[in-house]
Amino acid sequence: MKSITDIRADFPILNRKVYGRDLVYFDNGATTQKPQCVIDAVSEVFTSYNSNIHRGVHALSDIASEAYEDAREKVRQFINAGHRHEIIFTSGATGSVNAVAFSFGERYVQPGDEIIISCLEHHANIVPWQMMCERKNAVLKVIPINDSGEIIFEEYLKLLSTRTKLVAVTHASNALGTIVPVKDIITAAHTTGIPVLIDGAQSIQHGITDVRELDCDFFVFSGHKIYGPTGIGVLYGKEKWLADMPPYQGGGDMVESVTFEKTTYNQLPFKFEAGTLNFPAAIGLGIALDYVSGLGRAEIAERERALLDYAVAGLSSIEGLRIYGTSANKISTISFLLKGIHQYDAGMILDKMGIAVRTGTHCAEPVMNSFGIDGTIRASMCFYNTEEEIDILATGIEKVIKMF
Amino acid sequence: MTINQIQDEIIEEFSLFEDWMDKYNLLIDLGKNMPLIDPRFKIKEYLIEGCQSKVWLHPEFDGEKISFTADSDAIITKGIVALLIRVLSDRTPQEIISSDLYFIDRIGLRQNLSPTRSNGLLAMVRQIKLYAIAIDAKT
Ligand SMILES: Cc1ncc(COP(=O)(O)O)c(C=O)c1O
Repeated sequence: MKSITDIRADFPILNRKVYGRDLVYFDNGATTQKPQCVIDAVSEVFTSYNSNIHRGVHALSDIASEAYEDAREKVRQFINAGHRHEIIFTSGATGSVNAVAFSFGERYVQPGDEIIISCLEHHANIVPWQMMCERKNAVLKVIPINDSGEIIFEEYLKLLSTRTKLVAVTHASNALGTIVPVKDIITAAHTTGIPVLIDGAQSIQHGITDVRELDCDFFVFSGHKIYGPTGIGVLYGKEKWLADMPPYQGGGDMVESVTFEKTTYNQLPFKFEAGTLNFPAAIGLGIALDYVSGLGRAEIAERERALLDYAVAGLSSIEGLRIYGTSANKISTISFLLKGIHQYDAGMILDKMGIAVRTGTHCAEPVMNSFGIDGTIRASMCFYNTEEEIDILATGIEKVIKMF
Repeated sequence: MTINQIQDEIIEEFSLFEDWMDKYNLLIDLGKNMPLIDPRFKIKEYLIEGCQSKVWLHPEFDGEKISFTADSDAIITKGIVALLIRVLSDRTPQEIISSDLYFIDRIGLRQNLSPTRSNGLLAMVRQIKLYAIAIDAKT
């Protein structure tokens, strides 16, 4: 892999100061910073070929449409999907889950049917299912977690039944960092033909994702968490589902023909891409994926594992610090609390030291409830972070403890 | 003292500290030393929910002036709450309604009153004003 100095030089924002101190950015779970190549790619859309996609017969529209479809192909290759038309661009992971919850629900879910999620889910993979269950009179079942923050597999097996219509689980917990054994979850569900949606919002940026190897039926993620622009996301779905599911939004581009008597829908993937999408962001995402591939995904995973081990060793030696989520299998995210100190107080002081961490429930209230706490401090690291930054965090935490 | 005199006093106290650490240490002290709210009032009815920290606020009107007691689960928030109470408690509804809280900005804690922080403080100020407006309308 490139040297850390060269990698950091790719991300202009990492040079900035906050409150006169060097920024230490440990909020990558919320959103990642962008390499110059992504910033340039988006800027280039607007400076040289901005034009609506799939609409005009003119040169610029052709260039823009082609760049957009190239980005789709890059996504396909990145997750190793079988077909380009199985890649739907959305507004983000949230948009993708909502799309499936609506369209799948409309097509397949009957009163009394069950949807299984896990206790580790981000609200984005809870609320759309609750809304669908309410609409369809279906029932939401939740796989519980153990004290280490891992899902309890035997409990999952018990929840699977003839009423189960779909399983939707996260690949990695945003709040605790736990990596979920999704391959086993999928295999178990498929024994009785139950489809599985994987929320890859916290996994795709940390390693290699192969949707065909996983054999998941749906896979969703957000561009902004994998060094790409905000406002773009991906929904991968197996053709057999996407072709059979109704669209979830109506509008331009998703139709084949519109009359007031009857409208017929366009083919995949356009059936699920109503209106003008954020195509500059999609193009930027394609470049971000190139960047990540260029660094090497196995190398990224290795580097981030080393950062995680270093951080766990450093932080656990601090007296009064408790780490939540202690699975052996984790992304480079650490959630913790300091004894007797409110997470918001700690976060504010760390912020003043130039350290960006997230405090609160991380949009995963059920996880917090299962530990009986109302929030944590979360440091989510990635390959551009350094051991020195982890030392700065550890020193900062020691200072916080002294202040309160 | 008027509301503005107290605000100026607070600004002066904070101006003694150059370093942000000292300012926060002062807030922590204020938070730790704030008079306790009667536990009877630390209930949902008086809770101002923020997603980062919670504030409990209990108003009392004696026919002329409104006084407040409050609490928070986060100490720094509590320190700022203590300052707000020092400025706004024991005031007539009219005084509260027409007050302009400039001290927060001047002592460099403006972010703490921003809607994006969601720490209950902004909602607390709103609640104090609404309470004063409601009483003013009745009297
Ligand atoms: C696991 C997980 N799922 C879904 C989301 C939602 O992502 P977005 O807000 O980009 O739609 C997040 C974002 O934090 C997440 O961590």
